[in-house]
Amino acid sequence: MDKSKVLLRMEHISKVFPGVVALDDVELTIHPGTTLALMGENGAGKSTLMKILVGLYQRTSGSIVFDGKELDTSSITKVIQQGISMIYQELNPISNMTVAENIYIGREPYRIKGIMLDRKKIVQDTKALFGQLGIEGIDPRAEVGTLSVAKMQMIEIAKAVSYHSKLIIMDEPTSAITEKECQQLFRIVRQLKAEGVAFIFITHKMDEVFQISDEIAILRDGRYIGTWDADNLTQDELVKNMVGREITDMFPKEPAEIGDVKLRVSNLSVKGLLHDINFEVRRGEILGFAGLMGAGRTEVMETLFGIRKADTGEIQIDGKTVKIHTPEQAISHKIAFLTEDRRGNGCFLNLSVQDNIMVVNWDMMKNTMKQIDYGKVKQTCDEQIEKFNVKTPGAQQIIGNLSGGNQQKALIARWLYSDPEIIIVDEPTRGIDVGSKSEIHRMLSRLAGQGRAIIMISSEMPEVLGMSDRVVVMHEGTITGILNREDATQDVVMRYAAGLENQFR
Amino acid sequence: MEKTKGSWKSKLAQIYGKAGVLVILLIMCIILSIATDTFLSPRNLINVVRQIAFWAMIGLGAMCVIITTGIDLSPGSVAGVAGLLVAGAAQNPDTPLVVMFLIAICVGVIFGAINGSLVAFGGIPPFIATLGTQITGRGIALLISNGRPVNGLSDKFVFLGAGSLGPVPMPIIFLAILSLITWYMLKYTKTGRHIFALGGNEQAAIVSGVKTKFVKLFVYIFASVLAAISGLVLTARVASGQPSLGDGYELQAIAGAVIGGTSLSGGAGTVYGVICGTLVIGVLNNGMDLLNVNGYWQKVAQGVIIIVAVLLDVLRKKTSK
Repeated sequence: MDKSKVLLRMEHISKVFPGVVALDDVELTIHPGTTLALMGENGAGKSTLMKILVGLYQRTSGSIVFDGKELDTSSITKVIQQGISMIYQELNPISNMTVAENIYIGREPYRIKGIMLDRKKIVQDTKALFGQLGIEGIDPRAEVGTLSVAKMQMIEIAKAVSYHSKLIIMDEPTSAITEKECQQLFRIVRQLKAEGVAFIFITHKMDEVFQISDEIAILRDGRYIGTWDADNLTQDELVKNMVGREITDMFPKEPAEIGDVKLRVSNLSVKGLLHDINFEVRRGEILGFAGLMGAGRTEVMETLFGIRKADTGEIQIDGKTVKIHTPEQAISHKIAFLTEDRRGNGCFLNLSVQDNIMVVNWDMMKNTMKQIDYGKVKQTCDEQIEKFNVKTPGAQQIIGNLSGGNQQKALIARWLYSDPEIIIVDEPTRGIDVGSKSEIHRMLSRLAGQGRAIIMISSEMPEVLGMSDRVVVMHEGTITGILNREDATQDVVMRYAAGLENQFR
Repeated sequence: MEKTKGSWKSKLAQIYGKAGVLVILLIMCIILSIATDTFLSPRNLINVVRQIAFWAMIGLGAMCVIITTGIDLSPGSVAGVAGLLVAGAAQNPDTPLVVMFLIAICVGVIFGAINGSLVAFGGIPPFIATLGTQITGRGIALLISNGRPVNGLSDKFVFLGAGSLGPVPMPIIFLAILSLITWYMLKYTKTGRHIFALGGNEQAAIVSGVKTKFVKLFVYIFASVLAAISGLVLTARVASGQPSLGDGYELQAIAGAVIGGTSLSGGAGTVYGVICGTLVIGVLNNGMDLLNVNGYWQKVAQGVIIIVAVLLDVLRKKTSK
């Protein structure tokens, strides 16, 4: 590795979103012909930093020097032309066009300028490109939509190479491909490295990090922690540096009497997503779900709630086996699910607070004539708004005009009116101001105290550790550990989340 | 992903996707040639093709728009306005044909530019934007003609619609030329390929440096110009400028394009499909006429065909996921 040359130098990068500092004075250096793994917990700022680099976000402050020049990040196209390509986790090929067309889109060569495209040339160029990279078994004339994810990824790499990229960024490149395909990917990466191309990998897989990378840079909470030679860093040190913060006393769970088992999930599997999920939650208990992005936590809850179809598995409530195939059935079993994506599938943003609260409760608003009783609706809404401290001018206010924290409280008001006994909350405090956050924590605590069973997914380590009686840790669709409150420290949880340890293997 | 599991529904959709329309068309022709003795006569066949030529000309443009996931409801009115203005010019026997074509093309460009700008820059959903121009256009046609037909058109102009080269009627020749142009544009120009890219994955197209707004503007202009030319030929064919000319043609055109495999979710469509698709509608109408089917039933049958074609498109999309 030649450390005397610098390909990319990002300095003093900051990014402020309204109300949140996503990146605070971050730096990053990469040398030609090397691979750097960018590591950090969920929300550490890895994606934000890369999106700033490729021109998807504009930085608030800081400088980027690439290949000896100030990098123009005013548009994605310009960044690509200067020699930086990014391969996104969610690949975006144009599936109705051929492989060759996908690679050369936006710069198609003409046979007769302006009049006739040269369709043969792009096929030949693609063949030459594949030959150079040693990619076999992809027909340049095949429609991209018919190919596997791994092949689409190869095409994206070939596209990056055809732009003469000096730096290729890959976001979770191995999350959707097989081990064999992964090795083929690494072979191409090594070949390109030898030609002087540098790579940045964003990944959660520890073993791969040490297999492929020369250097490891770590971000935590939007701050730059440091860069190490991969050879000089142990897995333990890596984990410590990723986590490394003190637990504050911000998340008190009030003691509650833990009762009988309320919900038991056994052998739950969804092909390709979840494997043999077993857990139980008791009355009065808050069961935390920790894990890295994509570990399958939300999918477990969606399956439990009847949004996804389970291939195998059994659900017992109060010791009785129940069948849940639709959210409607889940609700009738007194389960409530506060979804992760508040704006996407929680709120009806253009409807009023009243409509948002009532959407699952209309049945209870009917009078003896089976008509909706608006007197009762108004009274109920006002009560719920008061009870859950939703700050709104009134029940008729459009919910989209409220702050994130108040939207979330309105959603809790929605789900709690029907008096659920099992409450699932998915990232309940993401993107919410500190005040509302502790209010929601107190609410969850109180609900547990009333003898309800609570399942809380959270990617914020202090929140999980502070609130939960027990912590379930997931890794790639399986449960790797179930920890008691006393045993759950950040380091331990992180080791299970990264798949370094597994109680069940 | 490369092989889809075979429920009968997905199989049906796959088969239809590959050869579909042509097979349906052939089956219809075979049935009609057995059931009637007039269907296969050259005169009847030429009639059918001449009749669908106008729908197909509009259908070519409709296909381009639908490939970008848009829709254009205005071509019938554009044909009407263009036809009337051209008829006005054709009343003078000295007006050269080139001028008439220029008038038609200008009308097309203006209407297309309005549609395209509303959609690409105004952010108005295409259905609403083009519904607006459809109604406005029909109003303009009635205004300029004062609701009366424009008669007394020059012979050389009337030849463009009513004449024929050898045995081939002029409308069919126009359809052939416009089909070639559309096919070439889609296959061999950058804009053409970008039309497919836009319909396949707009976000990816933007990231790849495709000027998506320009492409949208272009397809609406292209569609309106084709509609205007179709209006010119149709006016010549009926030898009179009619304010209601082309009324409802956009629906036949869209139906033809969709029956011919143009995907309403964008990204797929062929010239060959549009021609076969409009032929299916034409043969269906003609067959029911020959078999003396009640005219009201003909409407019902047309509606059912459109629904079935779209249903197959939806199934095809589902199974390829």
